[in-house]
Amino acid sequence: MGFGALIDGTGRAAEATGGVDYLVWLAPALLAVSAVQSAAFESTYPVLSGFKWQRIYHAMTAGPLSPEQVALGHLSWTVAKMGVSGAVFVGVVAAFGGVAGPGIALSLLAATLTGAAVAALVMAFAATVENEGAAFNGLFRFVVIPMTLFSGTFFPVDRLPGWVQPVTWISPLWHGTELARDAALAVWRPLPVLGHLAYLAVLLALGLVLVQRSYRRRLAR
Amino acid sequence: MRGIDVEVAPGEVFGFLGPNGAGKSSTMRMIACVSPRSEGTLQVLGMDPGVDGPRIRARIGVVPQQDNLDAELTVRQNLEIYGRYFGLSRAHVRAKAVELLEFAQLTERADDAVEPLSGGMKRRLTIARALVNDPELLLLDEPTTGLDPQARHLLWERLYRLKREGVTQIITTHYMDEAEQLCDRLVVMDGGVIVAEGSPAGLIERYSTREVLELRFTPESAPTAADLAHLAERVEQLPDRLLLYAADGEHVHREVARAGHRPLTALVRRSSLEDVFLRLTGRSLAE
Repeated sequence: MGFGALIDGTGRAAEATGGVDYLVWLAPALLAVSAVQSAAFESTYPVLSGFKWQRIYHAMTAGPLSPEQVALGHLSWTVAKMGVSGAVFVGVVAAFGGVAGPGIALSLLAATLTGAAVAALVMAFAATVENEGAAFNGLFRFVVIPMTLFSGTFFPVDRLPGWVQPVTWISPLWHGTELARDAALAVWRPLPVLGHLAYLAVLLALGLVLVQRSYRRRLAR
Repeated sequence: MRGIDVEVAPGEVFGFLGPNGAGKSSTMRMIACVSPRSEGTLQVLGMDPGVDGPRIRARIGVVPQQDNLDAELTVRQNLEIYGRYFGLSRAHVRAKAVELLEFAQLTERADDAVEPLSGGMKRRLTIARALVNDPELLLLDEPTTGLDPQARHLLWERLYRLKREGVTQIITTHYMDEAEQLCDRLVVMDGGVIVAEGSPAGLIERYSTREVLELRFTPESAPTAADLAHLAERVEQLPDRLLLYAADGEHVHREVARAGHRPLTALVRRSSLEDVFLRLTGRSLAE
């Protein structure tokens, strides 16, 4: 919010945000970013811990639960936590006048969908990591942080050099941010919305397949 | 694993013995319906783990080699939540947890976090947790490794209580005294195959003698194993000792003295499962 005040203070924010107050413009995107960040965190070290440090996954699958169920259970918990912390975030932002209308509820859903897709993919990867090593650091440094910086969270991607813009299209966070922001600002553009939803749905479906497969491989051997 | 042909009757306590890397844990993981087997047949509680894995796992209890308690939960929650994985009702697991805390002598620590517990307490909690579903079959993978003698004896007593209650148990261990204490019947494994099978007493009878005479000499006065071979059923030469296997150790001791040998120390002891184990799996390190 301080960031927004600085930008608004120069009078240049309105030009980039299409006349919308910077905080109102930023809030839904931050919702998506925090969903993706907590998705990435909850899907790395806690997953390795389940397999290796505390080994609670092994305890679970010693009972009637299957590796697939354990994977889906962990993912559901991550998604539930994202949803709850996102709702709290919306409450706080609303108190500071950062919410334009009820569309923010859809933003929360879009953010949670984005987080779920990222979480499933990251969990699938984390389940293949045998040693802590540098795998997770690399993931955070070279995937998560660049994604948060160049997905249109803090500034519109059309401010980036033209050749970088197509790169942002592969970022799930960019799709989530577009959805969340359009919903918050009550902008209705059917085709882009469908495109973003489809992209995130495909990633989530892929993540679900991969995460169940990697949990089975790791636990049933 | 090759040719692990065993049958365990309901109510029996059965042991897999063997050095590290003998294939005990792998066998246990297959029985626990976790690891798939590449060939051969396996029936647990009359069902095929490949087909009915979840249904079998719902009726067995597993105590893994490494404790895998949930450190984010209290002692009591570890029991209650684990019970919920089996689809047991909240009321049932609440009552069951009280009973198991009593069984594991952890009632006073019920609402403490798991992390500060001693190794023995964690082990007891892991065993208690494996009993949350009243299993018909309990699989214990090296249940007392790393515990102090007090904790081991308490655990043995608890496992004996379960045996009296009719719980079938399959145990892996490389502690011979543990196997002698607990197992009705056992197999000795080495390199993925079974090298002997029987009751602890039967195995001692078959592979060893009733007594063992351990003699220690000064390097100058030490006779060779061949010098004493005629005095015992079997003589084993170790770097620092001679072991003479015989039915009557005292008698052999007198014969050794009469033959003019003067050992520094002499000890007569009963033959144990350890003698059997070392004879079958050798004295060199497995790994």
